[in-house]
Amino acid sequence: MTSNVNIGLTNVGPETHPLTWRYTKAGKAVVEIKEYEAMEGYAALKKAVTMQPTDIQAQVKAANLRGRGGAGFPTGVKWSLIPMGADAGQKYLVCNADEMEPGTFKDRMLMEELPHQMVESMVLAAYAIGATKGYIFLRGEYVLAGERLNAAIDQAKAAGYIGENILGSGFNFELHVHLGAGRYICGEETALINCLEGRRANPRTKPPFPQQAGAWGRPTIVNNVETLMNVPAILLRGADWFKGLSQGKSTDSGTKMYGISGKAKITGLWELPIGTSCRELLYTLGGGMADGLGLMCWLPGGASTDFLMDEHLDLPMDFDTIAKAGSRMGTALITVIDDKQNILSVVRNLEQFFSRESCGWCTPCRDGLPWTVKLMESIEAGEGQEGDIETLHQLTRFLGPGKTFCAHAPGAMEPLQSALKFFPEEFKKGIVQKGIKA
Amino acid sequence: MLTANSSQTIATDRGAPFVLTASERESIEHAMHHYADPRAATIDALKIVQANHRWVPDGAITAIADVLGVSAADVEGVATFYNRIYRKPVGRHVIAVCDSTSCFLMGFDQLYGALQQKLAISPGQTTPDDRFTLLPIVCLGACDKAPVLMINDTTHFNVTAENIDSLLEQYK
Repeated sequence: MTSNVNIGLTNVGPETHPLTWRYTKAGKAVVEIKEYEAMEGYAALKKAVTMQPTDIQAQVKAANLRGRGGAGFPTGVKWSLIPMGADAGQKYLVCNADEMEPGTFKDRMLMEELPHQMVESMVLAAYAIGATKGYIFLRGEYVLAGERLNAAIDQAKAAGYIGENILGSGFNFELHVHLGAGRYICGEETALINCLEGRRANPRTKPPFPQQAGAWGRPTIVNNVETLMNVPAILLRGADWFKGLSQGKSTDSGTKMYGISGKAKITGLWELPIGTSCRELLYTLGGGMADGLGLMCWLPGGASTDFLMDEHLDLPMDFDTIAKAGSRMGTALITVIDDKQNILSVVRNLEQFFSRESCGWCTPCRDGLPWTVKLMESIEAGEGQEGDIETLHQLTRFLGPGKTFCAHAPGAMEPLQSALKFFPEEFKKGIVQKGIKA
Repeated sequence: MLTANSSQTIATDRGAPFVLTASERESIEHAMHHYADPRAATIDALKIVQANHRWVPDGAITAIADVLGVSAADVEGVATFYNRIYRKPVGRHVIAVCDSTSCFLMGFDQLYGALQQKLAISPGQTTPDDRFTLLPIVCLGACDKAPVLMINDTTHFNVTAENIDSLLEQYK
C-alpha cells in the first residue's frame, strides 16, 4: 500500500524536503540499500565518522532541531546532557517509535517507506552521543515497519554501517528492533524504558532523567522517529540550511510532517516548512472540508492537545505560536471535526481513550479519568446533574500539570478544558433542568 | 473497559500441566541476548507462547518466569498490562477495531455495531465456532484511511459496515 504523502507538492528535493524527498522521488518505498545509497544514503554517516561526536551535538544544537514527538524539546540540548568521555561507560540510544497518539500517522510512514533513513539516523545519533547499543522501540502493531527495519538493519550490517569498527572509525554499534505489546503510556520516555526492560510501563520519577540514569540505570537518550530522521540532512547541509527551511514562517527550524485526518476532502501527510498555517494545510492541500460540512473545531496535533477554532486557522503551526494560542502543536497532524458532530460525544470518546490507557500508577489519573468519562456520558445522554460542569472544571485542575505523576492526565484534560471554554452551551444543554426532567 | 486483560476474565486452568516446547525455550533464550538483563525478554517470551497457543495460559507464566529468572508475579504483571497479550482464550482470528478520535469521526460506531451484529457477539467475546474474537484497540496510526481495524497482524484501511462481509470471508 502506498502512503498519501506530499499530494499536490511540486519540486520535492533534498534541499527542501530532508525527510521525504527520497520517497517522493522514487515514487515508492526505498527499501533496498543500493537505492538508498544512490540517493545520498549513508553519506551523512560517512561524514559523521570523520567528526568529533561533540561537534555533531553542537551542530544539531545550532540547527535548533526540536523534538518531533510532540514536546518540542531541543534535541541538541538533550544530547549535551549525556556524559561523554572514556569513563562514561555503557550508554543507550532509544528511538521512540511507539506512535499511538490518536490522529498521528507520520512515524509509520517514515519507517515503512524509508527504513534505511531510520537506520542511518540511529547509527549517526548513536555515534554523536557515544552509545554502542540502540533500540528502535516499535509498536507491535506496525508489522510492515518492523519487517522493513529488520531487513534494512541486516543490509546495513552486511555493508559495514552497523557492527564493529564502523567505516574504520573504531566505533561499534548494535541495533535491535524491540517490539512493544500496545499501551499508549509507552510513549512517555521513562515508561518506555520500563517497557524496554520488560516491566509494566509505569512512568519513573524524574529526576534522574534518562540522560543520567535510563535503561538498566545507564545514560540513555530517547528521541522520536521524525526527530532522528532529520539528523543526517543537518549534518550534510549544515545548521544554517536547516534553519532556513522554515522559509521565514517560524522561528523554529526545519520542515515538519503535517497531516490531516477527519472530515477533510483530502487526508494524508505533507512535509512542509515548519510554521505553515492550518488554513494552508486544510484548505489548500486538504481541499477544504468534506462536501456539505463546515468546520466546528480542530485538534492541532493529537488527542492530548486543546481544540482550536476557526479564528486560529492562520496561526503558524509551530511549537511556540500554538502554545500561545492555548494549545500545543503536539505531533502537528490535525484532526478535523465537522459541524455535524456533537462535541460532547467527541470529548467523551477522547476521555474514554485516556481513561482506558491510564497506567493506573497515580490516583488522580486512575480515578479521575473514569470519573470524567462517567460525567461526560451522562451529560451526553442529557442526564447530567447540576454541578457536573463545575466538577469537570475542577477535574481539569485536579488532573492538570503538576498534579499527576506524568503528562498523561494533563494531556487528557486539554481537549476537555478547551471544549468547556469554546462550547459552554453544549455542556449546559446536557444538564437536567430541575423540575423539568427527572 | 473491554479488553482481554480484564481481571475478571483471567482463565482458571491452574493445575493443567504446561511445558514450553524446545523451540519456544530456544526462541526465548535467543531473545534474552538482545538485552542487558533477561527480564527484558518478558514481552518477547509472552508473544512466543501466544504465537503457538493464541493466548497465554496460566502455566506459561511460571514456565516463562523460570527461564527468565524472574518471579511469576512479575511476568503476570507484564502479561496483564499490555493490550496485545491475551490472558484468556481468543478465537482463530482477533479483530481489533480502532476506536480513537479519527476513526470515531469517520464511522467507528457504525462499523463496530455492524461487526457485533454480524458476529452476534459483544466486544471481548469470541464467536461460538471459535473463529473470531472482537476487541477495541487504540489508534492504529493510519488515521488518513479511517476507519481502520486489524485482523491478527494485518491492518485493513477504509473499512466500512458495507465491506465487512468480503473482508471477514478472507479469514476462515
